[in-house]
Amino acid sequence: MVPLNYYLALSAILFSMGALGILIRRNSLIIFMSVELMLNAANLSFVIFARQWAANSASVFNGQIFVFFVMTVAAAEVAVGLALIVVIFRSHQSIDIDQLNNLKG
Amino acid sequence: MTQTDFYTILPISILIIWACALLLVDLFIPKGHKQTTALLAAIGLALTLGFSLSQIGSDLKGFNGMIVLDGFSIFLDVLLLLTGLFGVAVAKGYLTRFEMEHGEYYVLMMLSLSGMMLMAQATDLIITFLALELLSIPLYVLAAFALEHNESEEAGLKYLLLGAYSTGFVVFGISLIFGATGTTSFAGIFAAIQGGAATMSLLLIGSALLLVGFGFKVGLVPFHMWTPDVYQGSPTSVTAFMAAGAKAAGFAAILRIFASVFPALAVDLMPIVAGLSALTMIVGNFTAIAQTDIKRMLAFSSIAQAGYILMAFVPFANETVRATAISAGLFYLVAYTVTSFGTWGIVIALEKAEGKGLAIADYAGLGKKYPLLAASMAVFMLSLTGLPPTLGLVGKLYLFRAAIEGGVYWLAILGVLTSLVSAYYYLRVIVVMYMKEGDPQISREGWLEFTIGVCALLTVLFSLVPQQLFAWTSQALMFHF
Repeated sequence: MVPLNYYLALSAILFSMGALGILIRRNSLIIFMSVELMLNAANLSFVIFARQWAANSASVFNGQIFVFFVMTVAAAEVAVGLALIVVIFRSHQSIDIDQLNNLKG
Repeated sequence: MTQTDFYTILPISILIIWACALLLVDLFIPKGHKQTTALLAAIGLALTLGFSLSQIGSDLKGFNGMIVLDGFSIFLDVLLLLTGLFGVAVAKGYLTRFEMEHGEYYVLMMLSLSGMMLMAQATDLIITFLALELLSIPLYVLAAFALEHNESEEAGLKYLLLGAYSTGFVVFGISLIFGATGTTSFAGIFAAIQGGAATMSLLLIGSALLLVGFGFKVGLVPFHMWTPDVYQGSPTSVTAFMAAGAKAAGFAAILRIFASVFPALAVDLMPIVAGLSALTMIVGNFTAIAQTDIKRMLAFSSIAQAGYILMAFVPFANETVRATAISAGLFYLVAYTVTSFGTWGIVIALEKAEGKGLAIADYAGLGKKYPLLAASMAVFMLSLTGLPPTLGLVGKLYLFRAAIEGGVYWLAILGVLTSLVSAYYYLRVIVVMYMKEGDPQISREGWLEFTIGVCALLTVLFSLVPQQLFAWTSQALMFHF
């Protein structure tokens, strides 16, 4: 069995990659992918912790169920996000977030 | 689903069912008659408010302790529903004036409102997360509601991207808390910490990530970058609703989670929260000085106000002060909601097409031409600064007292000093209104003027009998804290 810490390290690395990606990438679609990466890193750690607590916790399913909630919510968020990106592409012919600089002060 | 379960989520269910029905009914309401939709939405909100008021005094746990109905949640439900009613009132004329009358606006607002209410009732991190998303996703759409305008699209996308970013932090934080304690229920986490079964390092990282996530939502410095852009770019009626409602809900979640679950982590978290509060007050107030656009100035002012509210959390683990501190926080939340809604109402009254009428200079001459409106604006500005005779002063007094009793004297002193700084930009608006010559044009809309009037009256009247409001906020904390 792979030790718990390996999974946790992987999950932390994925989360950091996602968080960094949002900060340094300029393409809205890639930023969305980075958000998904962050959420899936959390999902991974949920599943792992659920297995770790399987033996001695009454609410073992909470971790696994949470994963499903996160996936559905992420899908809803992406639906809104992609719609916005389409609208912005129509008016700007670009989805580069550096082009979005009407608001400043 | 037992009867108790049903009763705990009754107001939220009514609101959601009403919103879904309204979405269908709206199809049969011809374009140009969308005031009917607004009226129906207002009736739904009033109905829900009635049910919420009838629940006062109950203390129930539903869904195996995942959702509660207690004084705290009822208090916030009532506050949020009032926010919703104000939101409909200011939006009705605004949407007509700017030719974006779509019935979906009200439906999205009601759905977002149900998320906010659920957030106040959640006692399980799963529900907190779901409520957070139910609150946020409709707000992303609302921020981009004035679609043909580049500013609104931009505000929507920025809000969405940073909102999703903060969701990532919240979810990862929850996963670590779950890993540390093996449960997501507030009571279970608390028991695990008290019983020594929790892995403290994981728990601490998890709670810090949670704080970052919610810090984004309520706009604490250094997680505030989105606030000015989103507040400025969104349609003003949305901004008003967002500034009051989303902030109240975010603070409700922070209050409940940190005060009822993490008192054991106070030693580590207290300096962080105090630092965030101090930084938020300083950056918010000093940046607001430089603004010439009223929406942007109010955005920075709302950041600064979040810093003051956060002050109430600093002594969250101190058993003797906690109750007064949290009720002071709730008190200030009410003061902030009423005052900021009134202010945004006035901004809406003066706003014109294509972003005109939004500079502070456009308020010149308001005192002479529209004395009542200018007087209300003066009341709001005084209240935001914290000067008499307004609710803002009383709220700040309670907050500073809580900070002093909690032993963080420096934070109270900093609060007073930053309030002095804020006087500069708030009073500047009053000076411009009364002492500069100008010819402002306002749009006369009955519902809007009514809302502004009610907000101004509440701000003054409650400051004369603050004991009553404080008694309510204290009553809200009778249970579970």
